[in-house]
Amino acid sequence: MTSRKAEILVGFFVALAIAATLLLALKVANQGMAGSGETYKLNARFDNIGGLKARSSVKVGGVVVGRVERIYLDGADLIPVVELQISSEYKNTFPDTSSLSILTSGLLGEQFIGLQPGFIFPEDLVSIEEDKVCESADLRQCPYLTEGEEIFDTKSALVLEDLIGQFLFNQGSE
Amino acid sequence: MTKVVEITNMHFTRGERTIYENISLSVAKGGITAIMGPSGIGKTTLLKIIGGQLVPNSGDVIFQGENVHKVSRSRLYEMRRKMSMLFQSGALFTNMSVFDNVAFPLREHTKLDESIISTIVKLKLEAVGLRGALGLMPSELSGGMARRAALARAIALDPDLIMYDEPFAGQDPISMGVLVELIKTLNKALDLTSIVVTHDVSEVLEIADYAYIMANKTIIGAGTPEEIKNSDSPLVRQFLNGDADGPVPFHYNAESLQDDLLAVN
Amino acid sequence: MTQLANYFASIGRTTIEKVVAIGQASLMLFGALFAFPKVKNIGLTIHQIYVVGVQSLLIIMVSGLFIGMVMALQGYTILVNYGAEGSLGPMVALSLLRELGPVVTALLFAGRAGSALTAEIGLMKATEQLSSLEMMAVDPLRRVIAPRFWAGVISMPMLAIIFSAIGILGGHLVGVDWLGVDSGSYWSIMQSTVEWDKDVVNGIIKSIVFALVVVWIALYKGYSCVPTSEGISQATTQTVVYSSLLILGLDFILTALMFGIS
Ligand SMILES: Nc1ncnc2c1ncn2[C@@H]1O[C@H](COP(=O)(O)OP(=O)(O)OP(=O)(O)O)[C@@H](O)[C@H]1O
Ligand SMILES: [Mg+2]
Repeated sequence: MTSRKAEILVGFFVALAIAATLLLALKVANQGMAGSGETYKLNARFDNIGGLKARSSVKVGGVVVGRVERIYLDGADLIPVVELQISSEYKNTFPDTSSLSILTSGLLGEQFIGLQPGFIFPEDLVSIEEDKVCESADLRQCPYLTEGEEIFDTKSALVLEDLIGQFLFNQGSE
Repeated sequence: MTKVVEITNMHFTRGERTIYENISLSVAKGGITAIMGPSGIGKTTLLKIIGGQLVPNSGDVIFQGENVHKVSRSRLYEMRRKMSMLFQSGALFTNMSVFDNVAFPLREHTKLDESIISTIVKLKLEAVGLRGALGLMPSELSGGMARRAALARAIALDPDLIMYDEPFAGQDPISMGVLVELIKTLNKALDLTSIVVTHDVSEVLEIADYAYIMANKTIIGAGTPEEIKNSDSPLVRQFLNGDADGPVPFHYNAESLQDDLLAVN
Repeated sequence: MTQLANYFASIGRTTIEKVVAIGQASLMLFGALFAFPKVKNIGLTIHQIYVVGVQSLLIIMVSGLFIGMVMALQGYTILVNYGAEGSLGPMVALSLLRELGPVVTALLFAGRAGSALTAEIGLMKATEQLSSLEMMAVDPLRRVIAPRFWAGVISMPMLAIIFSAIGILGGHLVGVDWLGVDSGSYWSIMQSTVEWDKDVVNGIIKSIVFALVVVWIALYKGYSCVPTSEGISQATTQTVVYSSLLILGLDFILTALMFGIS
C-alpha cells in the first residue's frame, strides 16, 4: 500500500531531522556554557573595553570558564563595568587576588577576557580548612571570588591607535 | 403530500446579472422532480442554492422544514448529510481510486467496518455497472464512466434527497436506459426524493412525477409529464420541440448581431 | 472632475478588495488553525508531510550540501589571507544557522511545495472537488486545508535543520578534507562561537515564521483562485512571488529583532 511507504518515509524524515538537531546540539553549538548551567556573577571595571562584547568568553589559560553577561557605563564615574557569569563548576576556585585582562585571539580574532588566578595567603588557606569560611554564611570572609564580588585588578584592552601613537611619540622624543 | 424542498419568491443575482427573478417551486417527498431548461439558465445554480453553497439575494429555501440559509454552519453541515448531489463534472477525487471515492462518504460519516464498507461500495458500483473498474483511478475513466462512478458515490450514504445534475450527459443509449431505470428504482426502493436536472426531455419525462421548465429567469411551465406534453404555452412547446426560433432565446443576452458587427467599422 | 472622482473611487475599491482578501485569508487561516487534525485526520497530515516534506528532502539536501561547500571555498580564500582559516567553521555554521538555512529552505520550499499546494488546491476547486466535499458535509478546511497547513508548518523547520546540518558537513568536506583546515579547529572554534539558544533556536524560529507565511499564502491562493487554467497558473506564480518577497522582508525584520540590537 502506498500509504505504508509514505509512513515509513515520513518516519525516516523525522529521524533525519532529529539526527540533524543532535548534530547541531552536540557538535556545532556549545551547549555546555549556553547559560543552561548554574553560574555566579562577578563585576569588573575597565578603563577601556576595546572590542569586548556581551557573550564574549572568559578564559583561564585558554579554558572557557564563563561569559560576559552585560557591559554598561557606571553612572557616577563613567567607567565601563563588565558583568561576568562564571560557571558554578568553578566555585571557590579563583582567589580574590585574581586579575582580568582583555585579550585578543590571533591578530584579528575576537576579544575575550583572560582571568589570571592570584594567590592565597597561607593563613587564609588554613582558615578555610579549619573554619570552613567559604561554607559559612558570610561570603565576604571567603578569600575566593564569590557571587557579586568585584575584581579590582584589571588590564584594559590594547587599542592599536594608542599603541601607534605612543610609538610615534617615543620616536619623536628621542 | 409533504414537501422536501420548498422555494418561495427567490431572487438570485450573479454580479450585475439576474439569474432568478422571484421563482417559487417545491419538491414533493418520494417523487422525482425534473428541472429542464436551456443551457446557462441557472439549473446548476439552483441546485447549489438548495445545497446552501450559494446564498440567494432574497426569498426562502426550506429543506425538510428548515431554512437552508438561516441555520448555523454546523447545522447546515448536518442537513447536508441528508442530501447528496451528483455534480455535472462528476467531481471525483482525483487522488483516490474509484473504490476509495465511493467509500469516502462512508468512511467520513460512519464508523462501519472496512469489510462492510467494501460490500456496500461493491453493491453501489454494481448498480452503476462499474464494479469491474473499482481499482481504476478517475483519470483512467471516460467521461460517462466518471459520471456513473460519481453517481455511485452520491448514493453511497442513502440520503433523503439526491440532486442529479445532468446524469445522462455523455452516456450511450444503453447506459442511459440503465441510468433512467436506476434513478427510478432507487427512488422507489429507498424512498428517496430526487431532483433531476437534464436536457433529455423525453427520457426524464418518462420517470418524472413532476417537471419544471425554466427560461428567462423564471419558471415557464410546471406540471406532471402529461400536462407538460399537452401544454399549449408557446415557450414550453418550443423547448419540447427544440425550435431555434421562438419566445425562448437561444442566444446569451446581447445587442443585435447587426449593430455589433457594424460597430466595428 | 469626474475623472478624478473615478480615480479615487478606484483606489477606494482596490483598497476595499485588498482588505476583504486579507480578511478572507485570515478566516481561512483560523479555520485551518482551529481545525487541528482530528485523530482520524492524523493519517492525512502524515501523508501530507510525505508530500510536502519528504518529497522536498532531496532538493533541500543537495542544495544544503552545495551551499556549505561553496561557502567553505569562498570563506577559505578570504580567511587564509589573514591566517584566520581556523574561523572557517564558525563562518560556515553561523551563516547557515542564522540566515541561509531558514531563508534558502523557505525559498526552495515555496518553489517546490508551495506552488504545488496552490496548483493542487486550485485544481480541486476547478474540478468542483471542494464543492462536492462541502455537499458531502465534509468541511474542506478541515479535510483538505488543515492537514496541508500543519504538514507544511511541521516540515519546513525540519528541512531547515537538515539543510544547515548538511551544509556544515559540506563545509567540513571542502574546508577540512580538501583544503586542509585542521578538523579539530573547524569543530572546536565553531563550538565556542555558535550558541544554541541564540543561533540555532533563533534560526528555527525564523524557519517556523517562514513556514507559516509560505503555507498560508500557498493555501489561500489556491483556495481563492479563479477556477480556470489561467487562474490557477496565475495563483501559482503569485504564491512563489509573494512568498519569496515576504520571506526576504520578514527575514530582515526578524534578523533586526534577533541579532540587530544587542
Ligand atoms: N462562478 C460564476 N460567476 C459568475 N457567473 C456564473 C458563475 N457560474 C455560473 N455563472 C453564470 O450563471 C448562469 C447559470 O449558470 P449554471 O451553471 O447554473 O447554468 P446551467 O443551467 O446549469 O447550464 P448548463 O445546462 O449548461 O449546465 C450562467 O449564465 C453563467 O454565466
Ligand atoms: Mg449546469
